[in-house]
Amino acid sequence: MSEFYINVVLQGVLLGGLYALFAIGLALSVGIVRLVNIAHGDLIILASYVLVVLTQSFGLPLWLSFLILVPLMAGFGYVLQQGLLRHVTDKGMLPPLLVTFGLSVIIQNGLLEGFGADTRSFSGGALQTSTWQLAEGIYVGALPALTLLVAVVLIFAIDRLIYGSHFGARLRAVSEAPATAALVGLRVNRVHALALALVGATTAVAALFMGLRMNFDPLSGPGRLIIAFEVIVLGGLGNLWGILAGAILLGVAQSVAGAIDVRLQVLAGHLVFLLIILLRPQGLFQRS
Amino acid sequence: MTDLPLPPTSRHAPVVFGRTIVIALVALAVSAPWLTDANALQLGTQFLCLLTVALMWNLLAGYADILSLGQHMFIGVGAYAFYGLAANLSVMPHIAIPLAGIIALLAALPVVFVVFRLRAAYLAVGTWVVAEVFMLVAGRIPGFGLGTGTSLPLSTAKAMGATALDRAVSIYLLALAVALVAWLGTWMLLRSRHGIALMAIRDNEEAASSLGVNLIRTRLGVFLWTAPFLGMVGAITALQKMRISPTASFGFLDWTVFVIFIVVIGGIGSLEGPLIGTIVYFALRYALSDYGTWYLIVLGGVSVAVMLVEPRGLWALLRRWIGEDVIPVSHRAPKQ
Repeated sequence: MSEFYINVVLQGVLLGGLYALFAIGLALSVGIVRLVNIAHGDLIILASYVLVVLTQSFGLPLWLSFLILVPLMAGFGYVLQQGLLRHVTDKGMLPPLLVTFGLSVIIQNGLLEGFGADTRSFSGGALQTSTWQLAEGIYVGALPALTLLVAVVLIFAIDRLIYGSHFGARLRAVSEAPATAALVGLRVNRVHALALALVGATTAVAALFMGLRMNFDPLSGPGRLIIAFEVIVLGGLGNLWGILAGAILLGVAQSVAGAIDVRLQVLAGHLVFLLIILLRPQGLFQRS
Repeated sequence: MTDLPLPPTSRHAPVVFGRTIVIALVALAVSAPWLTDANALQLGTQFLCLLTVALMWNLLAGYADILSLGQHMFIGVGAYAFYGLAANLSVMPHIAIPLAGIIALLAALPVVFVVFRLRAAYLAVGTWVVAEVFMLVAGRIPGFGLGTGTSLPLSTAKAMGATALDRAVSIYLLALAVALVAWLGTWMLLRSRHGIALMAIRDNEEAASSLGVNLIRTRLGVFLWTAPFLGMVGAITALQKMRISPTASFGFLDWTVFVIFIVVIGGIGSLEGPLIGTIVYFALRYALSDYGTWYLIVLGGVSVAVMLVEPRGLWALLRRWIGEDVIPVSHRAPKQ
């Protein structure tokens, strides 16, 4: 019986890897552009449908499609900020929320119009089916393990980019004091657009691993947004490694509850989230 | 989002015209049961329900600076409370509806306690999470149809009238009563000292606070104010459709997405905006009913355009011509 629960917790930890991938982009939007992007989940779903087009309509292999998707989504993020979100970035709370809310509905229904309501997923061959035995009775799937590994590497890379590079210094400058950053000659809009390009690139990674792991349809975006949101609030904002911890906590809560009763899985994740903001509204890892 | 300044002159033709239209609309709404058939009355009930929800969402977003993506939770709570009272406990529908409003208010108390731990934009998604929790829990209560929902018993329908027309009239009148109380109550609230405190917070939080306005208590109070009205709308909608289900009663699309579009297009932060927005929404729904998803894409596109071009919506454009509020919320400075 103990092996059963070790497996359940382990699967929850690995599920957290996927949730971290959902959340990284939202954390960057919030942290750098101060944008709680209601359409974040829909951007991930949009990226998944671009992968559907590249693999199915153009017949490209999945890895090549992904390599094309990353710059595509980065470009989309850049254009989205420069063409649309720039006009509402510093206009208080309501305009950015309402514009991204409208964008979310447009993306969902645009995808419904173009692709219908059928659920989709990607096939990744042996990656999806192979498992490794870690110990007697304890198994890990290759795909979930790779997902977590990619999440860790991505967080490490973005952490180094933000705290260890010249570009990162600019990102931090516009995040902390946009007016002062503009005074010393930074082009704030351009830095914001580059940050959104980075967000776009992360949605490509999230889209790939989501589509390999689970089904999606045009209306799956809000569910992804809520998970990403719960993860960044749990992890505490301004802390990239907190994302991983928040995501793993949510993944384990869902996995354990799902093992008890599969219908409890989603509810348990939300309840853990609400319980923690009740006890520690500043997130798990930040001092009040 | 500060209020547009009051013009120096008062009472000129466009204001009189605007007020005449509002009064005519109210008169039309009151006399509708004698003018139309059951189908039109059902449409009218939907209109009044949506108008009430839009008014409440606008009160939060336009006056209290609370953006909620989860107000549909109270619609669902109202619908489920109504089912519990009318179907399971055989309470008369006319009594069950106000009771459903009170239950929605009671449900709002713990919600406020949790979501107001989150600030500004986080509160928006936080309320959505709470609404999801309510919906998931509603689908697991025994005696309420679980995940698929259930129909109300025929006895509830019969209590509303013998014929289809009688029932449509009684339900319409209930919706009209709730809409009028919601409208007049909110208008009076905004013109009271609480309303002045609210607008002071919206226009400058620090200044309002330093003048002695209790920021948290004022905001909490407004959030609670909306709950019973939303609960009653949920109860009336359950009565009209004779059905409850987690996905329909807690409908995000019907009670949050459309409502946000209505308020944004009509004009955030005015009492006229939700009315204009609801009329535009029903007109668009009628015109684009054959185009399915395009209808939502158009609504989304229009509301994004409104936020970029004129964040205070159609009403701001009209108001420039009219010159002052048709439903006055601000107080006029005393004459020298």
